[in-house]
Amino acid sequence: MATRCQFENSNDVGVFAKLTNAYCLVALGGAENFYSVFESELSDHIPVIKTSISGTRLVGRMTVGNKNGLLLPNSCSDQELQHIRNCLPDEVVVQRIDERLSALGNCIACNDYCALIHPDIDRETEEIVADVLGVEVFRQAVAGNVLVGSYCAFTNQGGIVHPKTTVEDLDELSSLLQIPLVAGTVNRGADVIGAGLVCNDWAAFCGLDTTSTELSVIESVLKLRDAHPMNIVTSMRASLIDSMA
Amino acid sequence: MDTQQLLGAAALGQASMPMATFQNTSTASMVLCCLCGTSIPSNPSNMCVNCIRSKIDITEGISKQLTILWCKECGRYLQPPKHWVTAEHESKELLTFCIKKIRGLAKLIDAGFIWTEPHSMRLKVKLTVQNEVLNGAILQQSFIVDYTVRQHVFHKRTFLFLEQLILKHGADVNCVKIKDIHEGVDFYFQQRGHALKLIDFLQNVIPARFRHDKQLVSHDTHNMTYNYKYTFSVEIVPLCKDDLVCLPAKVSTSLGHMGPMVLVTKMSNQITLLDPVSLRHTTMDATVYWRNSFIAAASYKQVVEYVILDIELLGHELGKYALAEVQVARLSDFGKNDQIFFAKTHLGHILHVGDYALGYDLSAAQLTGLDYDAFIAKGGETQDVVLVRKSYEERRIRRRAKGGAAAEIRPWKLKSLNMEVDDGLPEEKVGRSRAARTQGAAEAPELERERFLQELEEDPELRARVNLFRDAENIERLAQIAAKAAAKPAGLEDDMDDSDSDDDDLPEVPLEELLDDLAELMMNEREEAEGVDEVADGLKDVDMDDA
Repeated sequence: MATRCQFENSNDVGVFAKLTNAYCLVALGGAENFYSVFESELSDHIPVIKTSISGTRLVGRMTVGNKNGLLLPNSCSDQELQHIRNCLPDEVVVQRIDERLSALGNCIACNDYCALIHPDIDRETEEIVADVLGVEVFRQAVAGNVLVGSYCAFTNQGGIVHPKTTVEDLDELSSLLQIPLVAGTVNRGADVIGAGLVCNDWAAFCGLDTTSTELSVIESVLKLRDAHPMNIVTSMRASLIDSMA
Repeated sequence: MDTQQLLGAAALGQASMPMATFQNTSTASMVLCCLCGTSIPSNPSNMCVNCIRSKIDITEGISKQLTILWCKECGRYLQPPKHWVTAEHESKELLTFCIKKIRGLAKLIDAGFIWTEPHSMRLKVKLTVQNEVLNGAILQQSFIVDYTVRQHVFHKRTFLFLEQLILKHGADVNCVKIKDIHEGVDFYFQQRGHALKLIDFLQNVIPARFRHDKQLVSHDTHNMTYNYKYTFSVEIVPLCKDDLVCLPAKVSTSLGHMGPMVLVTKMSNQITLLDPVSLRHTTMDATVYWRNSFIAAASYKQVVEYVILDIELLGHELGKYALAEVQVARLSDFGKNDQIFFAKTHLGHILHVGDYALGYDLSAAQLTGLDYDAFIAKGGETQDVVLVRKSYEERRIRRRAKGGAAAEIRPWKLKSLNMEVDDGLPEEKVGRSRAARTQGAAEAPELERERFLQELEEDPELRARVNLFRDAENIERLAQIAAKAAAKPAGLEDDMDDSDSDDDDLPEVPLEELLDDLAELMMNEREEAEGVDEVADGLKDVDMDDA
């Protein structure tokens, strides 16, 4: 289910929030509106954590994570790190990494199985990403833009990329990530998808300016229409029981 | 070994197919328009063209309704403040001229005329402009600009009056040549002093300002004499008697909030303005006028005839003007519909119920002038009718119909300056257009002249400043017609009696005021002399000429 919201009158919700299948990080806002929107949708299923990263509210752009782990920039303070570690479930590994390109959210885009990273990221970081997040890492650019985290947003079900991505590039990415991808826009024709949209397998949040056309595209490609958290949980439980048995 | 490998490789190379170069194809993917959902290639705003057009209008700041002034006599268009542009209907020059007038035009891609009727007084130009919108998308939009063509009123009456004044005071005595050109008259003098004398004279009789210029024509190095050509340019105030003027806000305030709609009642070396509603009047000097110049909002050509239905004096009087409230109906409406206008007028003394009066119709008329537009835009209100003078047209027409030839003949005439007429048009432009223009040009001055003569008949004050001469021929003709009338049978005399009572009101020039034309008398004497003497006595004629 896709929801429209605003953070202090800004439509770029992807800057102030990070959403994964296991947890959600939200920035400390002046009004509680933003937080309450996320809470109402998500808190039944996953923890919603209010935090700051290195004293800033740019939680979405500085961090990257999936259900396996969370990576923080080296500018993140110890208190913040501790706070996050406390709030998150134990399965999630929290790691602080030293990287020249410190806006990890802009440079890395990932779901639970694969990740796209900025072509100029260090080898060490690439290894840590593969390790902590448990993903297969691809160095790729999206529509000629190296900031992959900003210009695409994808989950395990599907993804949206920059509107100027060529058909060939789209096919290539799609085959790498093994998910359906579509070129689209968010927030009334803005091409910065990563900033305008946060999503996981059953929920998505975008800016208030997003038109109904854009919203329908998002919902259809991310398969949110008939997605309920319970569905995922029950289907997983069935497979788990199978394997146990 | 190496050569063998090379040969082997070469052999292999020959056997293999030629390599095709790999072309990197990139097809832009389609996104959905964020507003309407149609599939479009991505653009900086990611909206389809129709959606962008419906949201944004790049022609917003551009003026779409403009007025241009046009001279009926020569077909030239006014480029303010002074320059007149010659251009044919729907020509390239006209297009350039029209486009220059538009304000707020950023980037023009294309322009062209849309056909309009030649006599419709409207020009339509279609323009295509380009502008950047929304994150760098470039939008191109076409729109139409409407031009209203207004005729520039040329105040020939002031010139006619000026001509008479010059003749009366003999200010043209030292003039070498006089040329009548577009929008003015050129006087040529031998000496600078004579030109200055004319300028002094002009400044005393009409409000004007002048500029001077000096040009070196030749110089003689041996004598150290320099020959200069001095040019004085005199600009006359473009107002006429009986013009309706809308004073600009500044002028109105400086005159003590005199209602912006005023009438010009007298043009001498000062301009006299009268507010018909309050009966306040003021005189304005030429210098004061040029400080804040204004033009007439409506002039005599635009008057409409009204019939007075009721008049009530309000008691306030000023000299020959009396404030009165009137109920009038347009002559064109009279009998057809019940449209009545109420107004205050200064002509209380002169008008009676049933009289005809001429006035400006402000409810329907289109008045020119930025001052008037500004005044209305600020929410100003004006009367629907401003009466200017009593009309003697009806009576004249009746008199003409009854009296036959006698009514049209005036027992007096005016002299005129000996002027060369120079159109100022280039020689090449011969053909239908020029002929048509000169035809049109011939009509308008005739009307102006006729109106000028009527004015002289009606206003004794004006007559005093001008010389009227006895027209011996016309007086003879009138006498002949009167003799014929006297010889008519008694039955028709009744008609004449009826018309007499109407004719009483019609202003005429009393014969005592007319001067004898001395030159004419001389001509008559010479004719007599020629009649008596034979051709052999030609020397006598020469003597007479010298005298």
